[in-house]
Amino acid sequence: MASPNREPLVRLVKRSSIPLWQSILVRVAAIILSLLFSAVIITLITKLDPVKVFTSMYNGAFGLELRTWNTIRDMMLLLCIAVGLAPAFKMKFWNIGAEGQILVGGIVSAACMISIGDKLPTALLLIVMALISAVAGAIWGLIPAIFKAKWNTNETLFTLMMNYVAIQLTSFMVDVWDKKGSHSVGVINQTTRTGWFPPIAEKQYLLNVIIVLALTVIMFIYLKKTKQGYEIAVVGESENTARYAGISVKKVILRTMLISGAICGIAGFIEVAGVSHTISVNTAGGRGFTAIIVAWLAKFNTFTMILISLLLVFLDKGAVQIATDFGLNEYASEMVTGIILFFILGSEFFINYKLIFRHSNKGGKA
Amino acid sequence: MTLASFISWFTGAFVFGIVIMLGCVGETLTEKSGNLNLGVPGIMYLGGISSLSAVFMTQLRVREMIAEAAAVFVEAGNRAQEWVPETGLLKFLTQPVTSAITVKGAEASYRVFFDFNGWIGVVIAIVAALIGAAFGGLIYSFLTVTLRANQNVTGLTLTIFGSGVANFFGGSLNKLAGGVGQISVATTSTAFRTSFPWISTAFGKVSELLFNYGFFSYIAIVIAIIAHIYLNKTRHGLNLRAVGENPATADAAGINVTKYKYLATCIGAAISGLGGLYFVMDYIKGTWANDGSIESLGWLAVALVIFTKWKPINAIWGAFVFGLCYWVYLYMPQGVSEILAELFGVQKISHLQSLYKMLPYIVTIIVLIITSLRKKRENQPPQSLGLSYFREDR
Repeated sequence: MASPNREPLVRLVKRSSIPLWQSILVRVAAIILSLLFSAVIITLITKLDPVKVFTSMYNGAFGLELRTWNTIRDMMLLLCIAVGLAPAFKMKFWNIGAEGQILVGGIVSAACMISIGDKLPTALLLIVMALISAVAGAIWGLIPAIFKAKWNTNETLFTLMMNYVAIQLTSFMVDVWDKKGSHSVGVINQTTRTGWFPPIAEKQYLLNVIIVLALTVIMFIYLKKTKQGYEIAVVGESENTARYAGISVKKVILRTMLISGAICGIAGFIEVAGVSHTISVNTAGGRGFTAIIVAWLAKFNTFTMILISLLLVFLDKGAVQIATDFGLNEYASEMVTGIILFFILGSEFFINYKLIFRHSNKGGKA
Repeated sequence: MTLASFISWFTGAFVFGIVIMLGCVGETLTEKSGNLNLGVPGIMYLGGISSLSAVFMTQLRVREMIAEAAAVFVEAGNRAQEWVPETGLLKFLTQPVTSAITVKGAEASYRVFFDFNGWIGVVIAIVAALIGAAFGGLIYSFLTVTLRANQNVTGLTLTIFGSGVANFFGGSLNKLAGGVGQISVATTSTAFRTSFPWISTAFGKVSELLFNYGFFSYIAIVIAIIAHIYLNKTRHGLNLRAVGENPATADAAGINVTKYKYLATCIGAAISGLGGLYFVMDYIKGTWANDGSIESLGWLAVALVIFTKWKPINAIWGAFVFGLCYWVYLYMPQGVSEILAELFGVQKISHLQSLYKMLPYIVTIIVLIITSLRKKRENQPPQSLGLSYFREDR
């Protein structure tokens, strides 16, 4: 029996701040540990040499120029969504609905390509598509925001449900546009390529990169340097503080979700016009959920998001390569991604809290 | 609508409902402790794949053992035709085995063995599903309760992880069994779909509607009722609700917040995992497909928690209503569909299918809005839902 006066073996103290190098060290350690752990799991299950497996992963992501561009393309999509989610999450508004906002953005883009594709010059058409998809995404994001602002309706669950409404809506539109009865749209404007992103300097996905990086920079400035960005931070910290400071919380919630939804809508536009040139229920493909993790882990810093989306896309591409090289199943990527994210999430603890062991502080028993 | 099509709609909705009801009851327990676990789809995946792979691996092992036993039997100087499965098995399973040759007799005895022992498969499946799913809950509680990670992000990660693990092993098992869609644990699945004798046929159509389901369906309903009694009538359950409403107050009253959160999350996950088990063993009859259907059912289970206003007893009929909504597109009267098709300017009536499938989600959204509008205290989500608790953080 421990005497009642004795200190517990480990005490927790919340840190007020942590030096940058320490927080980076913790995260890097977490990633290395998680990779080691995944390597052990992979070896145990498949009896393969983990070094070979990781080499194969690297080849899958960057082995050829084409593969590198595909990695960049997917990374940009993920980054775009995460950038869209950043303001909402910074406000502590749990927008789980990116998936739906991407889909409605994709639907209206596809609708433009199908209906007015041949009536406008390419540049104008793309601008119109971008605007309309932003509006669609914004509306999809605004609906839960209105209820949150007025009646405090739980936004996590509301936005989650909106995803599934959007998925069924997509499925419905696919049926409407489907000419062959195959329950898919196929590549839109395959011969004319109207509404497709034009290649820049012969690089097919360069326009995607330009748009997304522009959004990343703008969002960084918006969140860090503008009055509106500051308001978002205050509402996120404490709604009451915001009210005392004379900030209209409702207005901030609506405005922020409008922006968040719009960018997610644009991500849908990029996916449809710049990547797949088609629309299906898999257009969002779970990226809306993955991006939440990206945004959260980056602590809403849009530049950190670049690194994290690169890591996740690398894992995904790498795992697909492992699957083909070693005859495994590509879902290994989701498994490894899950493990790595668990480690990174767990490592946050050591950044936010300090462990104090009983004897680490000799004679300091106050 | 004819009676026959009504019955098939009703029974389809019932079986569908059991899957999401189990998911929902488990998640309700979890949420009552203040943990919003968005990993339900992942947990259902874990439950489903654990049960399937455990049964499948046992089958493989048993097949090997019987083959070995039969070989020894032949080697011992007996003629292969004399190999009597049941007695031969009993005799040889316990003896040290020397060689492994598959003979026809072994194949036959394997089949006999599993005809006799589908129920062993049932027990293995249930235990494996409980353990696999509770493991998912354990990861979640360790990260969110002990390490205080963000609940939403942890839950979503758990969904990614669970679906990865399940589809990875599901795909590999299929390969092991000889190709896509080849895996099958038919005997165990048949045992799961055994309905109660007599009552399942005694009352004509009534029996067909209410009593003709696999026995596990009724266990599921009993679980929902027990969860209801636990949350409302027991001291332990009231303590749990206190933890979910206000952990600081519960802590001050001497309730061990960490213990309650861990237990509620792991047991809740285990129950949700049974939903995955039911889906694999009963709903798709002991097979596996990497088509993401468990994931969408998992999200429906999360929706159902809201629809039922965090009351497990409501899940019994709520799940059924969701099931009716889900299948309504097959049974909508022609006239109604024609009117709707004209209303939406749809050319083919079959296109309406997607719009009908929206119904459960739209209904959930409406319920969510109404509960937040009416602000009746007993219908609200647990107050601390989604927040980590740190004792010194006050």
